[in-house]
Amino acid sequence: MIDNPRTPALFALVAGLILLTGFVQSWNTALLILNMGLISAIMSMGVNLQWGFAGLFNVGVMGFVALGGLAAVLVAMPPTTEAWSAGGAQVLAGLLSGAAVITLAAVIRKRMAPSRRRAVALVAVLVGGFFAYRAIFDPGVEAIEAVNPAGTGYLGGLGLPVLLAWPVGGLLAAGAAWIIGKTALGLRSDYLAIATLGIAEIILAVLKNEDWLSRGVKNVSGIPRPLPYEIDLQNDPGFTARAAEIGLDPVTASSLYIKLGYAGLFAVVLVLLLWLAQRALNSPWGRMMRAIRDNETAAEAMGKDVTARHLQVFILGSALCGIAGAMMTTLDGQLIPTSYQPLRFTFLIWVMVIVGGSGNNLGAVLGGFLIWFLWVQVEPIGHALMQLVTAPMADGSALKAHLLDSAAHMRLLTMGLILLLVLRFSPRGLIPEK
Amino acid sequence: MDLLNAFIALANFVLVPAIAYGSQLALGALGVTMIYGILRFSNFAHGDTMAFGTMVTILATWWLQGMGVSLGPLPTALLALPVGIAGCMALLLLTDRAVYRFYRAQRAKPVILVIVSMGVMFILNGLVRFIIGPGDQRFADGERFIVNAREFKAATGLEEGLAVKTTQGITLVTAIVVVAALFWFLGRTRTGKSMRAYSDNEDLALLSGINPERVVTITWLIVAALATIAGVLYGLDKSFKPFTYFQLLLPVFASAIVGGLGNPVGAIAGGFIIAFSEVTITYAWKKVLGHALPESLEPSGLVQLLSTDYKFAVSFVILLIVLLFRPTGLFRGKAV
Repeated sequence: MIDNPRTPALFALVAGLILLTGFVQSWNTALLILNMGLISAIMSMGVNLQWGFAGLFNVGVMGFVALGGLAAVLVAMPPTTEAWSAGGAQVLAGLLSGAAVITLAAVIRKRMAPSRRRAVALVAVLVGGFFAYRAIFDPGVEAIEAVNPAGTGYLGGLGLPVLLAWPVGGLLAAGAAWIIGKTALGLRSDYLAIATLGIAEIILAVLKNEDWLSRGVKNVSGIPRPLPYEIDLQNDPGFTARAAEIGLDPVTASSLYIKLGYAGLFAVVLVLLLWLAQRALNSPWGRMMRAIRDNETAAEAMGKDVTARHLQVFILGSALCGIAGAMMTTLDGQLIPTSYQPLRFTFLIWVMVIVGGSGNNLGAVLGGFLIWFLWVQVEPIGHALMQLVTAPMADGSALKAHLLDSAAHMRLLTMGLILLLVLRFSPRGLIPEK
Repeated sequence: MDLLNAFIALANFVLVPAIAYGSQLALGALGVTMIYGILRFSNFAHGDTMAFGTMVTILATWWLQGMGVSLGPLPTALLALPVGIAGCMALLLLTDRAVYRFYRAQRAKPVILVIVSMGVMFILNGLVRFIIGPGDQRFADGERFIVNAREFKAATGLEEGLAVKTTQGITLVTAIVVVAALFWFLGRTRTGKSMRAYSDNEDLALLSGINPERVVTITWLIVAALATIAGVLYGLDKSFKPFTYFQLLLPVFASAIVGGLGNPVGAIAGGFIIAFSEVTITYAWKKVLGHALPESLEPSGLVQLLSTDYKFAVSFVILLIVLLFRPTGLFRGKAV
């Protein structure tokens, strides 16, 4: 599995950096970095599957991550029974009618010969269908959103254990990827990029606007946890006694315990997915994917179904992003649609893949940890640096205040610089593909 | 039923804003399409290039305002625009020298250049936020309206008012002047012709003695001017915020692709198509229909097809439809 001597050294370096954070700053910060690093590693494995294995240029990662987050809400939140009885059936009927309209349009397009009549029929079905859909759908939405708008105002979830949301998040993202892939995968690489970028924005617009589904910008908080709450641990005499034995106060001990618990859960998922991805990479399927990536025409001439394979790997990679998104929302305990930003959730993941080494799963994982560490730590480092630079300036000068305030934006600059430097001097990444 | 009032309401809420927005998008899309035609990659940093040029212009505007200089009824930013363009030109030439030239020499694949432009995007984004901060900046001054809604109502005696902002007028005039100048340059001058030749067939252009580095440099200079003008016009019309400019990347790209990447006429048409569809689909038609239809048919709801937050969705649905049925865009673009 490991045939590059640099690999263990680089992983040891990242582990060392996180441990250093623990010793110098606090173990809480270190564990936070570790947890998000584990999640980032999964996202970057997903992008690596698409870009590194198959050469698909997907810059809609944010959308799939957000869908994973939605899954956490839909699976784990308790159902709002009142809202269901007020308009649940109506909304479902509306969605079904929308699907029926699209199916009908597709059937017309397939069955009728291309002609002016077909175009007219298509437009009539789509326009008429849109108004019919809105007529059925809108009253249901209003009824749902009127149910206790300050507290719920949405359908709620299924009230199932939140761990189930992880695979469901993957499935949701996979479903979306199937629809997108069916339409957009035939496009050239940079058209596909723009299309995915736009689709991610559309998914986010849906999350922000459809209050009946996920409360929109009113956010969903208090998503059930797979682990106990800190406050319960602190009230548990057995736990406090054990904490005292190690010499920790109950508050710190409970917070570390929970974070370690999450780290354990995430690590299990990461190892499992990494094992699967490695098996895939080294299987005949993986060799075929790389053959398609390197020369589509030749692979097609050998009888490989390029479009189908692209669709397959696009769905798999997106599913990984969805799983990671569900894990992240579980960790946060809340879904905040406005917090999804393309720079953070799409382009940063790309930096991880490129820096780590595209085409190599271990590289992607390493990139996930390393870039996440830098993303978190560049801010305090930048701040310290700015303090050093501005130290000789007079207190209260406008420039000094501006420079100190702006230190927070150093991280974007640094990420861009790292990406450009790696692309220039080590274009295959830190752990290159074999 | 009152068709005149309906038309005024339509002009006020749909036509005027969409024409202004369409001009801004068209200028942005022209920049994207020029880079695609000559340098042959989709520049993800274009939104942030617009933000950078606008930022320099804003800083120069503040300086001019501090000196007490103003243009009377016109915004001071127009006076500062050349400074912004110069700043943006310097930046783009620098990034070309430091970043893109290396990959051009290697003849790297276009998709590699796209990833490289992602890195440039990060840097520019950080740079702009570092210098001017992530917040909202308003820098329009001078007269606010060319046609004021209240005065319009008083003058015509109509029920509906029509308001045309100064910035909307300036946008349209500037866009027409810039586009005319650009087409004159591309079609009539020797340098412009050499650029079109290079865009059509690189090898043949090289054989006929066209200096590729010169073509590339001039492209960056033109793109800097286009991006800055587009950004400043957008900022004057709405407001300047780095994140909004980053998001402008989406409709700008949609415009360029819908029109056909690499085709300047297409970029302009695409800009207006995207702008008009965004505005018409997210506009609440109640007022216009209320005037246009007989009273018995007057709509009770807002008659808004989609909420305004779905405007990105609109441009992308159009983009997808065009790509699926006419993969090279409405006007024939090029494919690399």
